[in-house]
Formats: sequence, C-alpha cells, structure tokens
Amino acid sequence: MAEKADDKKPILSKKIDKFFTGLANAWIFFKRFFQEVFFPPYEFKEVINQCYRIGVESLPLISLTGFIVGIVFTNQSRPSLTEFGAASWLPSLISIAVVRAMGPLVTALIAAGKVGSSIGAEIGSMKVTEQIDAMEVSATNPFKFLVVSRVLATTFMIPLLVMYTDFVALMGSFLSVNKNEMVSLSTFFVQVFESITFLDITSSVFKSILFGFTIGIVGCYKGYNSSKGTEGVGKAANSAVVISMFLIFIEELLVLQIVNAIRSA
Amino acid sequence: MEETVVEIRGLKKAFGDLEVLQGVDLDLFKGENLVVLGKSGSGKSVLIKIMVGLLRQDEGSMKIFGQEVSTLNKKELNALRLKIGFSFQASALYDSMTVRENMEFPLVRNVKNLTKAEITKKIEGLLDSVGLPQSINQMPSELSGGQKKRIGIARTLILNPEIMLYDEPTAGLDPITCMEINNLIVQVREQFNTSSIVITHDLTCAKVTGDRMAVLLDGQFKAIGTFDEVFARAKDERVKSFYDYNFIES
Repeated sequence: MAEKADDKKPILSKKIDKFFTGLANAWIFFKRFFQEVFFPPYEFKEVINQCYRIGVESLPLISLTGFIVGIVFTNQSRPSLTEFGAASWLPSLISIAVVRAMGPLVTALIAAGKVGSSIGAEIGSMKVTEQIDAMEVSATNPFKFLVVSRVLATTFMIPLLVMYTDFVALMGSFLSVNKNEMVSLSTFFVQVFESITFLDITSSVFKSILFGFTIGIVGCYKGYNSSKGTEGVGKAANSAVVISMFLIFIEELLVLQIVNAIRSA
Repeated sequence: MEETVVEIRGLKKAFGDLEVLQGVDLDLFKGENLVVLGKSGSGKSVLIKIMVGLLRQDEGSMKIFGQEVSTLNKKELNALRLKIGFSFQASALYDSMTVRENMEFPLVRNVKNLTKAEITKKIEGLLDSVGLPQSINQMPSELSGGQKKRIGIARTLILNPEIMLYDEPTAGLDPITCMEINNLIVQVREQFNTSSIVITHDLTCAKVTGDRMAVLLDGQFKAIGTFDEVFARAKDERVKSFYDYNFIES
C-alpha cells in the first residue's frame, strides 16, 4: 500500500503541486546518486555487467544507424556542394557535422530509446513486484546495485558509443565519397582530421558524458518511482524516453552555446 | 516467563484519510508462530512492513529485540534487518538472476570472507531444506508459484534470521501446494529455531502453522489467542463469520 500524495489538500492546484513535488523528488534522487557513488561498497561486477548490456548489445543498432546517417548525409549534401563547385569539401563538411553534432545526438537519441526505456521498465517492474523491497530488507543497498551501477555504465558507455558512431558514420560517408568522387581512404581521413579541432572532440566527449548520465539517471528515476502495477511500468519506460530526449536537446543547445562562446573568444 | 522478541504498542498508521492501524498492541514471543488474520486491505502487511522499516508508523511503538525500529539509523536498521527474514507475497525473486545468484545476493553482501565452496554448500543445504536442490541454476521464470515461494523462503533463511515474517505465504497456490508451504513454515521454525509472524487470510494455513492467532479488523486486534480460543469462543460476529466462510479440515 503506497502513501497517496493526492489525498493531501493541494497548496496551489493538484497539477502544479505534483510538478513541484516531482522536481523536488528528482533533485533528492540526483543528490542521492552523488552521495552513494563515491562510498563503498562498490558494485564493480554489476557496473561491468551493465556496461556490456548498454555498450555491446547496442552495437548492431548503433552501427546500422551510424552507417546510414553517414551515407544519407553525404548524399544529401553533395548536390548543394556540387552546385558551388565544392564537392571536394564533402569529407570536411561531414566530419564537422558528425563529430560536432550528429554523432553525439544520434547515439544519445537511440540510446535514450533503447537503453533508457529498458532501464525504466526493468527497475519499474522490480519496484512493483517488490524486488527492490526484498533487497532493502536483506540489508543490501538497492540504490547502489540498481541505480549507481546503471548510471555509471551509461555515463561510461555513451561516449564510447559516440566515438564508434562517428567512425561508422565517417566510413559510410567514405563509401559514398569514394564511389562518386574517387577519393582514397587516406585522403578522406586526412581531410577529416584537418577539419576537426581539439575543441570539437572535447566538446563531443563532454556532451556524450552528459547525455549518458542523463539517460541513466532519468531511466533509473522513472523506474525507481514507478507505481500502479504494470501500467506504471509502461509509463515509467515511456516517460524515461520522452524526458531523456527532451533533456538531451536542451543540453545540446546549452553546450553549443558554451562551445561557440569558447570558439569565438 | 516467555521472552518477547517483538513488542507493539499503540501502533497507528494511516494512508491519507484511511486509518489502517488504529493503535494496535501485539507481542511475539521467542520460538512461537503467530498468525495475523484479517481481510484484504486490513493492514496486515503494513504491520510487518513497519517491522522491517519499509514503512514508518504515525504513532506508537514497534520494538524488536528491545530496539525501537523508528529511531534506528540506517546502519542500525540494517543490522536489525539481518535478524529478520521477510518472505514476500509474490516471492520477489530477482528475475534477472538464477536461483543461485538470488541466494548469493544477500549472503555475499552481508557475510564477508566466505569462500566459493562455503557459499555453494550453504545454498545447496538450504535448497535441500526446502526440497528444491535441482533448481539451483534455474531462472525464476522457469519455476512454479509454489517453487518460487520455497526459494523465496530459502533466500530469507540464508542470513540465519531469528524472526521470519511471511506475507500471505499461500496466496494464489493450489490446496496441495498450500499444505506443502504450511508444512515448510512449521519445519523452518523447528529446524532454524525462528519466531515467526504469518500474515494470511487462509484459516487452514493459520491452523497448521500458528501457535497463536491475532485477528485484525477495522484497524484493531479483535481477538488474540490459540485457534480454538479465537474461533470457538468468539464474541465478535465478524470474527465468527471469518471462520464460517472458511472450510477447515479436522
């Protein structure tokens, strides 16, 4: 039997109260993560297990998507560049687009859908079937085992997946460029690396870490606080994806502003 | 004089406007099996969830081994939880882990310096006790409802608890499996020397497993005593009707 917040008299209105209560609970959850992550016992085995699930098991989907994005973006950009006689700039254009924005964004959105929903649903179903309570009453820390391990795993693995997506997208782009412009692999990659800067790479890694953390913490929060049986589990999975995606776009926008400010300084 | 392991006094708990426990008093004595009977939603499960700190009472006292549960800090609460085994209504087996991993989970996190051989021996011993030695490498999804209950009980026993709390141990099971679970509850008390609280609305389970019964109605215990004391001399019509609607084999 769960305590019903709805039963209390609302201060403003039910919806506004619920929104602010949700924000406060999310903040408490976020704070608890940082309170737990640095102190033993550490769940190394579970972190590695989750890294495998989040990283390795996402590879087929990420590979396919990255490859297609590389080819499609190259083919879509070619006519415009050819019009200006700048088709030789394709490798530079693609590398900047992929490393700066598309790689992190595409990977994060796919991971939010695949990993975020799975975390939300898994923890949510553990919550409604009292598995989390069972961990708690056996004097173990479910937060550390379920939440800390998953958030660490997404934070570690999303940057690696982003680098992999960048590589696969560039390979897709190379195939298209090689077929149409007869550019060799070495020439293609020389142009790619000449175009991207250290700031591009660091901002991409920073963004990926942020995206990974967001996907993990939102998925866990939604799952950990799910209620109302199987309906709640579905809602947890769904809102984990929606909120993660929303936050990813906001973060992308904020990081872009910061990077542009650094670049122009 | 009997030693009291759980002492509940004036315990109150409400959810919104609904007062499920309205100042209940109860004692659990060392070595006894106490059955808490009551209809669904009467607050039986809330009572044992307060015992392990999953819920907190609004008023009153819940003392276990002389310690007031609501005043314990996290470390003290975990130390107390090690002495209490909680068997959940739906077994609550970790469905992403095998039976072995389910049983290892609390053990390796609470008992340090155990060798792999010692862990395996302990798990196999307990699975033998609950009659499921062959299930060690199975996933929970491959087990029947009764088997899940048995594994759930074995998992709680792995930390050698002094008190066992059973939340609806026979709910959703066929009569034969119910009887097996009832016998297991009695066997656990004898073999592991535990004191137990069994939450149920199944009178057969109550009669087989319980030394004393406590009937929870309208947030209060309306009758406490042996099975015969509670039902043969029941004055409260609702307690009587509780008996009348259940078929009890002699």
